[in-house]
Amino acid sequence: MNNFSSILSQYNWDHQWENIQQKTPFEVQMALEAKKPSLEDFKALISPAAQGYLEQMAQKSRTLTKNRFGNTMQMYAPMYLSNECQNICTYCGFSLTNKIPRRTLTDKEILQEAEFLKHKGYQHILLVTGEANQHVGVHYLNNAISLLKPYFTNISMEVQPLDQEDYEILIPQGLYATLVYQETYHRETYKTHHPKGKKSNFDYRLHTPDRLAKAGIHKIGIGALLGLEDWRVDSFFTALHLNYLQRRYWKTRYSISFPRLRPFSGGIDPKVEMTDADLLQLICAYRIVFEDIELSISTREHAKFRDQLVHLGITSMSAESKTNPGGYVVDPQSLEQFDISDERSTETIAQMLRNSGIQPVWKDWEQMI
Amino acid sequence: MNTKLTIAGKSFRSRLLIGTGKFSSSQVMQETVLASESQLVTVALKRVDLKNEQHSILQGLDHDQISLLPNTSGVRNAEEAVFAAQLAREALGTNWVKVEIHPDAKYLLPDPIETLKACEKLVKLGFVVMPYIHADPVLCKRLEDVGAQCVMPLGAPIGTNKGLKTLDFLEIIIQQSTVPVIVDAGIGSPSHACQAMEIGADAVLVNTAIAISKNPIQMAKAFKIAVEAGTMAYNAKLAKTTNTPQASSPLTHFLYE
Repeated sequence: MNNFSSILSQYNWDHQWENIQQKTPFEVQMALEAKKPSLEDFKALISPAAQGYLEQMAQKSRTLTKNRFGNTMQMYAPMYLSNECQNICTYCGFSLTNKIPRRTLTDKEILQEAEFLKHKGYQHILLVTGEANQHVGVHYLNNAISLLKPYFTNISMEVQPLDQEDYEILIPQGLYATLVYQETYHRETYKTHHPKGKKSNFDYRLHTPDRLAKAGIHKIGIGALLGLEDWRVDSFFTALHLNYLQRRYWKTRYSISFPRLRPFSGGIDPKVEMTDADLLQLICAYRIVFEDIELSISTREHAKFRDQLVHLGITSMSAESKTNPGGYVVDPQSLEQFDISDERSTETIAQMLRNSGIQPVWKDWEQMI
Repeated sequence: MNTKLTIAGKSFRSRLLIGTGKFSSSQVMQETVLASESQLVTVALKRVDLKNEQHSILQGLDHDQISLLPNTSGVRNAEEAVFAAQLAREALGTNWVKVEIHPDAKYLLPDPIETLKACEKLVKLGFVVMPYIHADPVLCKRLEDVGAQCVMPLGAPIGTNKGLKTLDFLEIIIQQSTVPVIVDAGIGSPSHACQAMEIGADAVLVNTAIAISKNPIQMAKAFKIAVEAGTMAYNAKLAKTTNTPQASSPLTHFLYE
């Protein structure tokens, strides 16, 4: 069976770009009417031709989301554990070359942050670190999960890609999901933005979801950093990746996130701008083609936009996030990984959801299972 | 069919089971459950806060006419299901469990092999097991053999609202079963629920169609009436469908007068 790297190599980026650009309104209509939409339908739905069908797409996305997920929204909070990083990523505030104070939370500090988030009502938590195996290797992560287990029922992480045996240690300990973004599926662009560190190995990162699934993880989150490359082509490859994973690892659940490149001090500008309408089109396209997956939106996006997205396909969101280690209590002044847009409190967001007829769900997992 | 639904010696006036997921708020859910007059209400164990004795999701369902039926949604194999059932027994004080094992993340279709294994084990541990399964007549008999107190075959995949896509197999299951048959999943409208009762199902379980309707309370009442109508029609014996017309006043009858 081919691995995803060899599948990816069968596709030419420029051909896919042309193919998406040339999709016609008729193909968009066919995609909207398809009983079991395909990846070709996905391309039609993210194409420029579909821009005129955004209202129909939003209607369909809303209906499908309601059917599958009901009138609910899964709430989670990120907890940054460390900003140590051995990689150079041109777009990231934690990049090795950025001269910022580095910090990795101690046990005591982790618990202080945990108390704060627990008090806010969170039961689902996402642990985030830079990519630094010496500082935040398996041992550190394992310890963090065991410290946090009494506080939260659902623990996910977004850290450096690990080996399968590492995941096999963390999953029984209580790790539910792992997010690993390829950033871009364009090999050359990837190389430009990740010139140094373990992250420069495109294929090791690309095969991380396979290692996670083989280790028995419950949920895998994937995505591209929207703005590094043409968002349409990168999203098609993300969908191709998702389709590959779903067929092979049918017991695993999947989540897609939509990080748009955000400014940070000294960072790069997006190569390709993505408007709010573009992002909405992409979210709807995912929902129409992949009815069952979690679609997640973070506080990178602005409040007014998020308030609308909660009706249109999104099923998981964070609130009041801090993107610096210790950002909630321990060291609120330290430099953030990126600026957040929606700074409203957890309670304000929860109330917004309730006013919109959506029930915020704090707990949807039982750690003891 | 008796007027009451009886499972493991316990009788229920209502033949409508209702799920508590997908509602816009706990309050709407509670009012809907009460309006449905359902007496057997499912709740996902994973949504219950076991560390919080108040169990916010369950508040308002503490009613002497309502029995809670925890389900094992989220588990991927028999071993996890058994563990979840034990947790539920401890937390909610009931030995009834709806066994849901659907490792298939996309369509949430139940795993027949793991379900059978889990039920066998749980029966031995003293549980009243109610397995959610595909409409597979042989599997239903196997589940009866290991002591399942009812079977819960699907009409269509969960949340699709497509109705009784498995109709022919449901009819075989109902014809052969010695335990109550509760049609679960896929029931999208009161007419689907009515149809399930007309073919002789003992009860139906509905969640999505009620929870996401514009007016869940009205919809719950509509389902209640539909289930009662279907039961009544089944008891009154439905006329057979035929391919040739049968006149209610035969045209040649005068010859024999």
